[in-house]
Amino acid sequence: MNGEFTWDFIVGHMNYWLFIVLMMTGLYIVVAKGNLVKKIVGLNIFQTSVFMLYISMGKVTGGTAPIFPADMIIDPDVVYSNPLPHVLILTAIVVGIATTSLGLALIVRIREEFGTIEEHEILEIEKAIAAAENKLHGEAMGGRA
Amino acid sequence: MLVATAIAIVRMQRLFAIAMLSGVFSLLSALLFVVLDAVDVAFTEAAVGAGISTVLVLGTLALTSRVAKHSTHSPAIPLLVVLVTGATLMYGTLDMPNFGSPDAPAQTHVSPDYLERSPHEIGVPNVVTAILASYRGYDTLGETAVVFTAGIGVLLLISGLHRRREDEDEEEESGES
Repeated sequence: MNGEFTWDFIVGHMNYWLFIVLMMTGLYIVVAKGNLVKKIVGLNIFQTSVFMLYISMGKVTGGTAPIFPADMIIDPDVVYSNPLPHVLILTAIVVGIATTSLGLALIVRIREEFGTIEEHEILEIEKAIAAAENKLHGEAMGGRA
Repeated sequence: MLVATAIAIVRMQRLFAIAMLSGVFSLLSALLFVVLDAVDVAFTEAAVGAGISTVLVLGTLALTSRVAKHSTHSPAIPLLVVLVTGATLMYGTLDMPNFGSPDAPAQTHVSPDYLERSPHEIGVPNVVTAILASYRGYDTLGETAVVFTAGIGVLLLISGLHRRREDEDEEEESGES
């Protein structure tokens, strides 16, 4: 399969590649940006692009949404898209908002504690606290610790 | 549409507007879900992603600071990590079936069963609802448990803000997260 990069193959896989690009944008924000709120937003982007990936796997060409007519008389010729990814992603969206809210609450707590939501400033403050504690313990142990 | 979302994300590298832009991003992805036949998912994404999470982010911004400072360390290493990960994932997609092909593994395994059986077993016109509430009801129960736990966690974290100013208890905090 690797040898044949036909036009069909490229168009058929373009959706996956676009979602991966989105996913990597989110990951880049999470890794490279120091602001914690921005990190959460990046995490959301990452998450949403994974959702898109799943939903696009469930799409069938010429299909329609998996909802039957209300009278339940089903035309056997109608193609329905795959409902299973939709169900899984519905669950994932709700779990995602739960984790997001927990992360934002943690940020609020961190802000109360450290007075900043920038990662490197928090690290510096923690380092200073650790150094102060080391010094304290060292004096208590008679300078041997 | 995808190009628009991508532009939105690139612009999102900047200031306070990231909250609004993430709402826009959610709305655009909801539109994409409609195009991909996932109307239920689009509904939830528009309500939860564009609505609730924007409100939550704005609330956090109100409680904390509004301006993001520039990162001090260089972006070279994260960029490298991201590029390598992306390349690996793209290599992984080479074996995937074409977009929308009806004979992909995802289409031929259990989902035809669901589509065939749910009309006379459940009797709900919307197959997504039928699977969510009936065939995979335990998933939904677990999801409710997760949301409940997260709610308790948020309440515990937020409620003690002013009382706990002087004596912070680290082990309690790590237990909740």
